[in-house]
Amino acid sequence: MNRSAAPAPRPRRYTPGRAAFGVFAVVMTVIGWVIEPIQRLIGVRRMPWVFLLPNLAIFGVFILFPMVMNFYYAFTGGTALYPLERPFVGTQNFEQIYACGNYLNPATCNEDLFWRAVWNSFTFVAFHVAGLVFFALITALVLNARIVARGFFRSVYFYPVLLSPVVVGLIWKWILQRDGVLNGILVSLGFDRTLFLLNADWSMFWIIVVTIWANMGFHTLILLAGLQSIPKELYDAGSIDGTGPLQSFWHITLPLLMPNVVVVLVLAMIRAVQMFDLVYVLTGGGPGSATLLMVQYIYEVGFASQIQRFGLAASASVTLGVVLLIITLIQLRLTRGSESHLA
Amino acid sequence: MRSLGAILKLRRGRKGPDGRRKMHLTDWLAYGYLAIGIVVMFGPVLWLIASSFKTPAGLLEFPPTALPYAQTTVPVEGYDEPLPLFDVTFEDGTERRMAQVRRIGIEAQMVDPDAPGEPITVNIDQREQVRELRLAWENYVDPLQRFNFLTYLRNSVVVTVVATIVTLIANSMAAFGLSKYKFRGRNAVFLLIIGTLMIPLSVILVPVYLVITEVGWVNNLWGVIIPGAATPTGVFLLRQYMLTIPDQLLDAGRIDGASEWRLYWQIVLPLSAPAMAVLAIFSVMWRWNDFLWPLIVLTRSELFTLQVGLNAFQGELNVQWHYVLAMTVLTLLPITMVFAFLQRFITTGIASSGVKQ
Repeated sequence: MNRSAAPAPRPRRYTPGRAAFGVFAVVMTVIGWVIEPIQRLIGVRRMPWVFLLPNLAIFGVFILFPMVMNFYYAFTGGTALYPLERPFVGTQNFEQIYACGNYLNPATCNEDLFWRAVWNSFTFVAFHVAGLVFFALITALVLNARIVARGFFRSVYFYPVLLSPVVVGLIWKWILQRDGVLNGILVSLGFDRTLFLLNADWSMFWIIVVTIWANMGFHTLILLAGLQSIPKELYDAGSIDGTGPLQSFWHITLPLLMPNVVVVLVLAMIRAVQMFDLVYVLTGGGPGSATLLMVQYIYEVGFASQIQRFGLAASASVTLGVVLLIITLIQLRLTRGSESHLA
Repeated sequence: MRSLGAILKLRRGRKGPDGRRKMHLTDWLAYGYLAIGIVVMFGPVLWLIASSFKTPAGLLEFPPTALPYAQTTVPVEGYDEPLPLFDVTFEDGTERRMAQVRRIGIEAQMVDPDAPGEPITVNIDQREQVRELRLAWENYVDPLQRFNFLTYLRNSVVVTVVATIVTLIANSMAAFGLSKYKFRGRNAVFLLIIGTLMIPLSVILVPVYLVITEVGWVNNLWGVIIPGAATPTGVFLLRQYMLTIPDQLLDAGRIDGASEWRLYWQIVLPLSAPAMAVLAIFSVMWRWNDFLWPLIVLTRSELFTLQVGLNAFQGELNVQWHYVLAMTVLTLLPITMVFAFLQRFITTGIASSGVKQ
């Protein structure tokens, strides 16, 4: 079946596409030699489980099982990785993390690094998300205006999204370093040379700017799709009624775009909470722990340090998971009723 | 080829009362924003590329020059190495172009490159470098020969290609099972998969590392490839697409005696090609750029992927920026080329599915 009869007497030529399809067909036929007997054995009605098997196996072993095990690690101590060698310690890991004189001052906490990471993440998420949504919205509005070469400009803003976080981190590290081009420009304008990545406040500022730079294009696309789905007739009706551009933005564009804005807001928040690689390459969490974020804390405690404190890492992971869960629940509440979006 | 006039006519200003198109103030603002956008978005990457062609000495210059200038050197008779050229200004105001033999403190010994005789001693304030535009290709060639760059590249390609194939097969099979059959537990399985969309790897790092250790995949590329292969995103994307394929096609195939497996790969897969392509692009992007998980699983440098290798190289005590920059350019090149060819496809694909991670 499906062998399309091709009566046209076109000479068959060797092309990469055809060769790839040939390989694909051979592989699939060979797999079929295994699966077709199974079908004869168990019947068509149980076949969906055969199709689900590979995905569910990977899913179960690498997502479901670890999700459960994460709690086991959080409630056991020691430095052993193998579960049976880990002594049960109850809530000791959580106490270690949460024991704190004053949560606003990490220096009074048992695990001061964790709370530094928490507050750094908090600052980072707040400014990153605000800036990201602001610039993504402006960019989407500009791209939606009557402009020449919209496709080209859309690509311009989207391009950094594709770059790897390591590459982005290195590009900006090169720009921001002591003898970098930014300092070159500043000095030629008469300002002082600034050690951007060796100053706590500047480092935080720049990781926010660079992460916005790297991720803005993606969120712009979602907002642009939303803008383009607003019926033009609404604006025509508005202009007949004498609505100005600002009014039509407030009364037509923004309300109709709100679902997309919420999606972008939540998506940006979820990803900002998990931010790691770009910041790790750009600042390494430094200077000191000024830009240490939550995922980097987990990485440092569980994997990078000499003594691998898996229990602490796991309990920090549970905390991170709870934060993500809360954000997700907020999203579900906000987008309830409206068209469900995939995050 | 389009003439300039034709391009200008494309201008989308508002029509004025006389019927001609006029640029409104908001249009000017929009184009201003876009112009700044080009500089801000492309500038850093262009700066990286320009810098990657500079010599180590050129990289140390401050303020930096935009283009890769390097000192001119000339071969001089009687000296093994080519000597650097300088413009020397003498006390009497005359200027001569001379080659430097050696520098001692604040003095330099110079010779005439055309008639090398006894060197003259000159104060270093009296001379200025002769520079020429030169691309330091050795920044690109050396790392390829001396460092593990090609190994990293190979590892990255292996991980990206194999992981994408595994992801496509596993996800499309699952999507086929979930979209083309009615069976008890289907909704439960689907909800289970979708429910974990929000569980990123970073939340379950420790136990996944345990599994990898138990399977013996630490320092093994399979340890990087497999854990991320069962993407909920991919299953969801493909399932939604496959739901639009009419079931009658499958029934017709069954009447013809085709096995379920053949229905899957000969009917549904070819018809799902657009969604598969979108997932393939995502997967390539995810895997090529992946960092945290490879960083944990791979500790032996001959197994590093490009991203991990690049990071390890820049983290060394004595950062050799001229090599780091060149390797960064090589790392972003493949993704940039994919983007250049498929940009419309990628941007519309992402806009319609709302998926990135």
